[in-house]
Amino acid sequence: MRQIKKVGRLSTLAVVMSGALVLSACGGGGSGDSSGSEGGSAGGEDAGEVQVMTWWAQGSEKAGLDALVEVFGEQHPDTEFVNAALAGGAGSQAKQKLQADLQAGNPPDSFQAHTGAELQDYIDAGQIEDVSGLYDEFGLTDVFPESLIEQLTVDDQIYSIPSNVHRSNVVWVNPAVLEEAGVDPSTPPADLDAWMADMEKVAATGKTPVTLGMDWTQTHLLENVLLSELGPEAYNGLWDGSTDWAGGEVNSALTKWAQIVEWSNTDRDGLDWEPALQPVMQGEAAYNVMGDWAVAAYDAQDMTAGEDYAYWPVPGTDGVFNYLADSFTMPVGAAHAGGTKAWLETISSAEGQLAFNTVKGSIPARTDIDAAEFPEYQQSAMEAFENDTIVSSLAHGAAAPVAVSTAVNQAVVKFSQGASDVDTLQQELVAATESLSQ
Amino acid sequence: MTRVRSWIPGLLLISPSLLLLGVFVYGFIGLSFRESLTDKHTAAQATGRDEVGFVGLSNYTELLASPAFQHSLRNLVIFTVVFLLGTLIIGFCWAWVLERPIKGEGIFRSVYLFPMAVSFVASGVVWKWLLNSNVGEQASGLNRLFQMTGLGFLQNEWWTNPRYGILAIALPAIWQLSGYVMALFLAGFRGIPDELREAARVDGASELQLYRHVVFPQLSPVALSALIIIGHMSLKSFDLIMSIANQSAYSTKVPAIDMYNFATIYDYANSAAVGVILLVLVALAVVPYLWYDARARKRG
Repeated sequence: MRQIKKVGRLSTLAVVMSGALVLSACGGGGSGDSSGSEGGSAGGEDAGEVQVMTWWAQGSEKAGLDALVEVFGEQHPDTEFVNAALAGGAGSQAKQKLQADLQAGNPPDSFQAHTGAELQDYIDAGQIEDVSGLYDEFGLTDVFPESLIEQLTVDDQIYSIPSNVHRSNVVWVNPAVLEEAGVDPSTPPADLDAWMADMEKVAATGKTPVTLGMDWTQTHLLENVLLSELGPEAYNGLWDGSTDWAGGEVNSALTKWAQIVEWSNTDRDGLDWEPALQPVMQGEAAYNVMGDWAVAAYDAQDMTAGEDYAYWPVPGTDGVFNYLADSFTMPVGAAHAGGTKAWLETISSAEGQLAFNTVKGSIPARTDIDAAEFPEYQQSAMEAFENDTIVSSLAHGAAAPVAVSTAVNQAVVKFSQGASDVDTLQQELVAATESLSQ
Repeated sequence: MTRVRSWIPGLLLISPSLLLLGVFVYGFIGLSFRESLTDKHTAAQATGRDEVGFVGLSNYTELLASPAFQHSLRNLVIFTVVFLLGTLIIGFCWAWVLERPIKGEGIFRSVYLFPMAVSFVASGVVWKWLLNSNVGEQASGLNRLFQMTGLGFLQNEWWTNPRYGILAIALPAIWQLSGYVMALFLAGFRGIPDELREAARVDGASELQLYRHVVFPQLSPVALSALIIIGHMSLKSFDLIMSIANQSAYSTKVPAIDMYNFATIYDYANSAAVGVILLVLVALAVVPYLWYDARARKRG
């Protein structure tokens, strides 16, 4: 009798569990139908509130947003700020939610987006408004660098207003590791070849010359190697079809990038940028190429520039500022368009950009803010931003639409995992960037 | 009239679920299929600002012809075969051992079944660390363990190997589901009446013959259920792969990951096509089972 009862219990358990599995099997649904999101008439100039979607939900980013909201409260006391920040995956969660909201014709009053080509999907879909009128109204044309405005302009229209700027082409250096390898850490190598010679010396000591992380960090290195080898003009040409991806110069840059990948850590595909930077901080590796948000990681571990670490522009890119920026938009059919305008005014104002950037660790897009208010690294970045040639980052959405950077990421990882050679990689990059030259 | 009255209450009872299933499962399957026959590859088309054309089955032929998608399918086949064999063999052996009354059987049963209660995402995070691909001085996780136990030659690059990386994902999957297969088999073993075994022994059957002719035939429905359940789970694997690797890792790419990638770049047509291909694959696994089940019920 006891036996039988047990059978009953066990099989009930099995049935319940398989039932649950079948239910979960029904989860995959269709992508649904979409309707046009022309809702232009709704909202008018209502400025009672402004709902803002960002992925600034924790750490220095959240602190920056809080500082910005405080300025907003002072400048526009009648408009209520509604925080629709969504954490997770460096914005990928927020973008999924945003994609759904926009498709349903239910946009937030403003949302965070990388400036540049990443906006193209929203523009093509007719989901965001041209805000070039606000540039004149707020007097931004005079205070943003001319080359930045050039990069922002699509067919004579501008679709977002940048709140902060980051630099992509920075090398983070561990001076102790270099000294051990007999390399002088105080003078950066003149070009890519000299830098690679130094890497070879580091490799000889048994330490890792360069650390890398998952897909986009490898693309991040690639874009800066391309920038270094091709120079800013030909690099810009990569994004409008005037530089040939199939050409010999690109091939030689890819070969050098491949050698650097060869020297890097083997667990790269499992690491985000911060764990990838960690060996450089700990003295197990010499270099890491990462955007200047890395400063926040050094600050968090109480390390001082000049002693514990050094930084320079990626060799061969001195005088070039490879930029990416966060910006805010005015969605088509926003319920509180007046609130949106107020928000855009605050994030582009000198007070707003000062409050936000000193906390977040980025630099303001405006050039009329006193650098003395900022910490040391940001001062140097601000100077570079004002004087250098500005080019757009691929890995962070400024240079090409998401579809292109996704395809590039996949080709790059395929290569670094050992499933293709340099020539195949180049062919795949040609295919990935085909849509840019049309 | 009485006959009509007798089925109306029944129909009313099931109609809410019928309606929901009809719309949210079968309706959406139909919508997905329709989407997969279009050229909706861009954001502008997704929102209806650009025209969407009908292209027939060309999304399917292009997908199936592309080396990248063939690689995903190949990974899926390897993963499914290894996952199935692993869970069935291990699950059966455990059930076979636990079938004889041993001390603390309940404890063992719970211990083996427990990994199934852990979510794939949680175990994926742990296995990501265990399956670290560094070897030598920087090794951690299993590779470090191999070094410490003098098995250094076993160190390998795990899931980042472009040819066999997918096998490293099968490892945690097998670890999690073997206990469940064990529970299924154990129920099967317990369902065989002792009288049958005794009768066989009385007739002079050896222990081997007893299993060959009495026990195994009665276990085959259980084995089939296990095959179907594990098989269709394997075809849909997504969360485990995303939490150990990521969506651009070439070595661990399977169709479900491709579907996700297409959807994130507004390529809804290809995303839907991959979804339909997956659905067909799962149906190939499940439909014969349903058919078999229905036939068995009619007989019984």
